[in-house]
Amino acid sequence: MRQVPCRRGPAAAGAAAWLRGRPGMSDLLEVTESGLYCAAGDFHIDPWRRVPRAVITHAHADHARPGCDRYLCAAPGKLVLRTRLGPGATIDSLRRGESLSINGVRVSLVPAGHVLGSAQVRLEHRGVVWVVTGDYKMAADPTCDPFEPVEADVLVTESTFGLPIYRWPDPAEVAAEINAWWRANQEAGHASILFAYALGKAQRLAALVDPTIGPIVAHGAVAKLVRAYRDSGVRLPPIDGVPAGARSVGHGRALVIAPPSAAGSRWLRLFGEASTAAASGWMMLRGVRRRRGFDRGFVLSDHADFPGLVAAVEASRARRVLVTHGSTEAFARFLRERGLDATVLPTRFTGEAPPDVGADGGDDVGELEAGAADEPPVVEGAHGDGARSVEPVP
Amino acid sequence: MRRFADLYWRLDGTTSITEKVQALRDYFAAAHPDDAACALAVLGGARQSRAVPLPLLRRQAAAVAGIPAWLLEECYAQTGDLAETLALVLPPSDRLPPPDDPGPPSVTGDLGLAGHVARLAGLRGQKDEEVIGRFLVDTWRVLAPRERIVWHKLLTGGCRVGVSRSLLARALADLAGVDPATMIARLVARAPLDGAAFTRLLDATDAGPDGLRPYPFFLAAPLDGPVEALGPRSDWQAEWKWDGIRAQLVQRDGAVAVWTRGEDLATEAFPEIALAAAGLPTGTVLDGELLAVRGGHLLGFAPLQRRSGRRRVTRPLLVEVPCVFVAYDIVEADGEDLRALALTARRARMERVLSAVGAEPAAFLPPGATAPAGGPTATLWISPEVPGVGWDDLAARRVESRQRGVEGLILKRRDSPYGSGRTRGDWWKWKIEPLEIDAVLLYAQSGHGRRAALHTDYTLGVWHEGRLVTVAKAYSGLSDTEIVEVDRIVRATTRERHGPVRIVEPSLVFQIAFEGVAPSTRHKAGLALRFPRIVRWRRDKGIADAGGLADLARLCRPPLEVVP
Ligand SMILES: [Zn+2]
Repeated sequence: MRQVPCRRGPAAAGAAAWLRGRPGMSDLLEVTESGLYCAAGDFHIDPWRRVPRAVITHAHADHARPGCDRYLCAAPGKLVLRTRLGPGATIDSLRRGESLSINGVRVSLVPAGHVLGSAQVRLEHRGVVWVVTGDYKMAADPTCDPFEPVEADVLVTESTFGLPIYRWPDPAEVAAEINAWWRANQEAGHASILFAYALGKAQRLAALVDPTIGPIVAHGAVAKLVRAYRDSGVRLPPIDGVPAGARSVGHGRALVIAPPSAAGSRWLRLFGEASTAAASGWMMLRGVRRRRGFDRGFVLSDHADFPGLVAAVEASRARRVLVTHGSTEAFARFLRERGLDATVLPTRFTGEAPPDVGADGGDDVGELEAGAADEPPVVEGAHGDGARSVEPVP
Repeated sequence: MRRFADLYWRLDGTTSITEKVQALRDYFAAAHPDDAACALAVLGGARQSRAVPLPLLRRQAAAVAGIPAWLLEECYAQTGDLAETLALVLPPSDRLPPPDDPGPPSVTGDLGLAGHVARLAGLRGQKDEEVIGRFLVDTWRVLAPRERIVWHKLLTGGCRVGVSRSLLARALADLAGVDPATMIARLVARAPLDGAAFTRLLDATDAGPDGLRPYPFFLAAPLDGPVEALGPRSDWQAEWKWDGIRAQLVQRDGAVAVWTRGEDLATEAFPEIALAAAGLPTGTVLDGELLAVRGGHLLGFAPLQRRSGRRRVTRPLLVEVPCVFVAYDIVEADGEDLRALALTARRARMERVLSAVGAEPAAFLPPGATAPAGGPTATLWISPEVPGVGWDDLAARRVESRQRGVEGLILKRRDSPYGSGRTRGDWWKWKIEPLEIDAVLLYAQSGHGRRAALHTDYTLGVWHEGRLVTVAKAYSGLSDTEIVEVDRIVRATTRERHGPVRIVEPSLVFQIAFEGVAPSTRHKAGLALRFPRIVRWRRDKGIADAGGLADLARLCRPPLEVVP
């Protein structure tokens, strides 16, 4: 194992305290009823309740909740966050390399590679550096800035896929599989319906597939965020919405990107005979694939796989690691056996995740639990209000 | 192996029967006959005996994957499938560590399914862990990750992918140009063990010896409406629904066979029945029920299972659990297929044949604490008609079912032929309502296959002297949404974890239905429920409202020696 320089700051005594669920006095972050809290700076990171000041890692529903007085996010994600929170929210942003001092705590945001504008939160206070990764991935993604490793004394990392059964295939190979599936469906005269989380995964897929195969059609929930991506300067291929009053769409040629909550909805009947598929990290598991009952499952995640998580922890050179989301206990133990001071960060998401079982079936555990309410009603069409008149094809 | 793995994933990837048949057909058309014969056995659920001890397999896989053993177990708990877990954690072939021993690899290239199965068979009895370890690494090296799952399934003893015998028969029949029923009969009569036999199986012109093959069992459907809707009572023959194992006795040219439903040959498991069947005239096939009966007392279903599960029956077991055959139909007499005859005519024929060998109408006492010595010892019986003039009369008799140790009534239309499969309308089972109790969730375990990521196997308990004791393990009968919710509660209220099993803080109450109670050494309570299943989640009940062990002990048949 690589030698880790011993740089334990005054915060180091807190590990045992975390384990007992009682934060140590000297820890920069603690878990409160409202979420991860920085007492020195008096702000929360990804709070799950309304708080005065929220630093947001990314706009997924379980990380960015409405109702806070003031938000801070990375500049590339501001529009997306606004789309989620509405026009009334007060959102400040930080560009790459910029930092902001909040009550003496220096805050900067570093790309996490998860979705557009996703960031790791770096906090520096009295010479001690804490980094909260939020959700992140190492794999290539044409729709957002790549993950950048940050050195830290204490690293708070996610572990959604913190087991060695999760090792992602090359996204280019997955894209080729999706293209082949789309072509085969076209030959059979069937539409290709691909379920993916509306924010991030959907846009990434649109950018990955070969747009010369046929039209790409987006569900309303997806289309709204496609606009936010475009307005943020992300290049995406042409993506059609569903016109108001349409009775059938695509004539069996289209690739339809829809959130998992649209599965089984009447909206999908617009496309006639169709093959269905889902794109998610959970599709790695045969049981999950079968359970979801889609025709195909593509392994494509916006989270780090197991080797990615290990690499991120190593790159941070952190001596102390707090693990949150997913297979926390196993991943923390694995890190401990590699000589790190690793513990589970107690959050309201208890223990490991139920993979891909919620109605919304995204990549992100929290989103599974919290995301459904965030999606518009499924009959709503692609063009917002106008599409409400869409009648399901009998 | 690549071809069989392709088939496996094609079957796995679809729920459409047509596509499954097509996938099977494609495979059997292209595969080498040796591989095809082997695939037929594997898909038909033939159990491979375990060539490699599981602990060694796990140890070796963890070592090659470079992960600690406990982490492999965590992975297994998440997937619920050992074969898959191993395949997912192992690195691809080009990143496997080189073997410690530089000798030549024990396998190279694509062996084919039959080759791999033979190779596994060759390993049986091997004790040298180094040899086994090398065997594993060499095989992993020649297999792509998607082939490894399939190979691990062979290795760990089972490779079922939801392919029924009838599905296999459809694909093979299509390939051979014969009808599916003929193919089923061929498969039952002689499972092809090698490539030559497989080629013969597909020979359209091969009449082959019919041997001792049974007829497809005609099945009764559950009665789903009011019994009066069946029309006049006099059109129907009523019999007790025996709580045993459905079987056909075949006697042809002095040779006998006992076939249980699902076309399993069980002659060796029931030697006394086979002996009695030998006394029947040649060319006789009887349809009926195997029951465990001692001294005129029914022994119940659990003892019968001890008999049916074995290839060879020991002398003490024969004495402890003697079995009888209660005939209710005759489908062949004097070598002639009687299935087209009306039930009344078949019944008259059956009574004639059986009376000639001294069989009498069955009259058994329900399971009792002590089955007396003496009492009737005959092996072949006739299932009697249950009298009763109108439906009301019959309904009154049905109420006696539980006391009699039967499951209810079977109604058969008197003018009906012996059908095939589950053709509805002629045979109905009119079962008594199940028993029910409210029980508390104590342990939860993740499911397998489709539900691997969720906790769907529940161990439930009832109160006994102020403590909850386990009495049943039931698979979830809940809706998908409820399963997810229960899963979340299970995770949030876990007290201890033992591999995939979680001991939870008792809080959830489920209403469970069951068919009976029998003594058991598996559960601490000393009894176990038969066919327990979850009827509904009683959110309205607290754990204090759950049932007590005494309620169950009263229902136990045979009665418990010491009531808890
Ligand atoms: Zn996320």
